[in-house]
Order: sequence, then structure tokens, then C-alpha cells
Amino acid sequence: MKSRVSILIVMLVVFGAMTLSAQQPGSSTPPDGFVPVNAAPQVDQLPAAPMVIAAYAFVWVALVVYVWFLWRRLAKVERELADLNRRIQTR
Amino acid sequence: MSKAFTPVAFIVLALFALAPAVVAWAPFEQTMGLVQKIFYYHVPSAMLMFISAFVCGIASAVYLFKRSAAADRLALAAGELVVLFGLIVMVTGPLWGRKAWGVWWQWDAKLTSALLLWMIFIAYLMVRRFGGPGSEKLGGAMAVFGMANVPFVYVSSMYWRTLHPAPTVVPTLQPGMRGAFYFCVTAFVGLYVLLLTVRRRIGEHEAEVERLHLALED
Repeated sequence: MKSRVSILIVMLVVFGAMTLSAQQPGSSTPPDGFVPVNAAPQVDQLPAAPMVIAAYAFVWVALVVYVWFLWRRLAKVERELADLNRRIQTR
Repeated sequence: MSKAFTPVAFIVLALFALAPAVVAWAPFEQTMGLVQKIFYYHVPSAMLMFISAFVCGIASAVYLFKRSAAADRLALAAGELVVLFGLIVMVTGPLWGRKAWGVWWQWDAKLTSALLLWMIFIAYLMVRRFGGPGSEKLGGAMAVFGMANVPFVYVSSMYWRTLHPAPTVVPTLQPGMRGAFYFCVTAFVGLYVLLLTVRRRIGEHEAEVERLHLALED
């Protein structure tokens, strides 16, 4: 029984040491999976300028389209109003 | 329209023409850099979305209790502007968030409740447009409900964990940023007043056209 426990302890120590050595940053063997870095490479970073330009352009376009929509609607209803007033006066 | 309309319109146009230069001269934010400049249009639009929801809600409540047609026309004009400024908020926010947070959208309390507010007012406009007779009353109730949602949207980032910054950012702005921000707020508020005036005017004319049509039929 004692020998089995001793073998188990030795195996745990050996596997633990292997796992720790695999996680060491200075390990000479290259890792198989993803390699983490603190910052993305400069070329891959999302540029801010297109986002800012898109946001400002959208605001301007949305406001201009709405003003144009109001302008047309106001002109149409004023025309209709003038026409109705004329028809009432000629009755 | 009143005599003040044209001079105010020129002033607002000048403010909007100068706004990009003012924003460009404002200092960069340390962490976010250039993309933080979206703040100068995003936040005034959000403020006007909230103000307009209050205008629409209060005017709708007045209409529901007093049956004032003028209040109903004001509510409809303000409801349309909630959707317009809400659209600006919903587009500029994700553009900012994609760069600052790494995601276009997050289903957190602030963003979700703001989206819900915007959708309530889209539904309000659809009810008013396609609801048929009696849609004024149903729409009025919806607008009051939408207005009640505004305080929840405002405080949501203070009580829940969200990616969106708390509204306490604005009072703590540094002088360079503060000037540019209030310049943009002035431009947006001026534009809001003009748009609300014109939209109300259209509502008045449409009511008059309807009255004259009835008079002609009699």
C-alpha cells in the first residue's frame, strides 16, 4: 500500500513539473496554439479616422435629408392650402 | 413663421458649419484618442432624444386630459424628432463603441433601454400614421409610456454594470473639451427648435387643409 502511494506521489510531482515547465515563458519549445501578446500589431489595429468620419457624415446626411423632407412637405401643404383658399373664394 | 426664424436659422447653420473645426481643435482624450470626438455629436443627439421624448410625452398627456389639438400636433412633431435624433444616437454610438470597446453592440442595460426607448417612438409614429381613427389617443398613451422610460435610460449606467460611461462624464469635462461640447450642444438645440417649429407648422397647415376640405364638401 505504501509503495503505491509513493509511486502516485512521484508521478504527481513529475507531471506537475512537466506542466509548469511547459508554461514557462522562457521555454525553448515553441507552443502549438495561439501566442498571446500584450498589444495587437500596429497594422492590424482598427483605425479611428474612418469611424469618426462615418459618424459625422451620417449625422450631416441624416439632418440634411430630414430638412429636405420637411421642406418638400411644407411646400406641398402650403400649395394645397393656397389652392383650397382660392377654390373657396371663387365659390 | 415668426420673424426670428430666418436669423436663428442662419445662426444655427453657421454653428453647424463651424462645429467640425471646433471639434478638431478640442484636445484628444488620453485613452480613446481620435474616436472620442464622436462624443461631440453623439451626446447632444442623445440629450435631444431625451428632451424630445419629454416634450412628446407631456404634450400627449395634455392632449389626453384636455383634448387640445395644438398639444397633439406638438406631440407628433416631437415624436418624429425623437426618432431622428435616436437614429443618430443608434448609428454614432456603435461606430464609437467598435473602436473604444471592440464591439459594435452590447446588450447591457444602457444600450438596450435606449434601443427600447427609440423603438417605442417608432411604434408611436407608426400608430399615428396607420392607426386610423382614435390613433391619437392610443399614440398619446404610448408617448407617455415612452417618456417614463427616459429616466431609466439615463440612470441605467449608474446602477448596472455597463460598457457605456455614466452621465457624470459631462460635468467633469476639461476646459478645452467643455467649450467644444457646449458649442455643439448650442448648435443642436438651435436646430431642434427650428425643426420642431417647422414640423408644428406643417401640422397646423394639414389641420387647416382638412378643415377647408370639409368646408368645401358642405
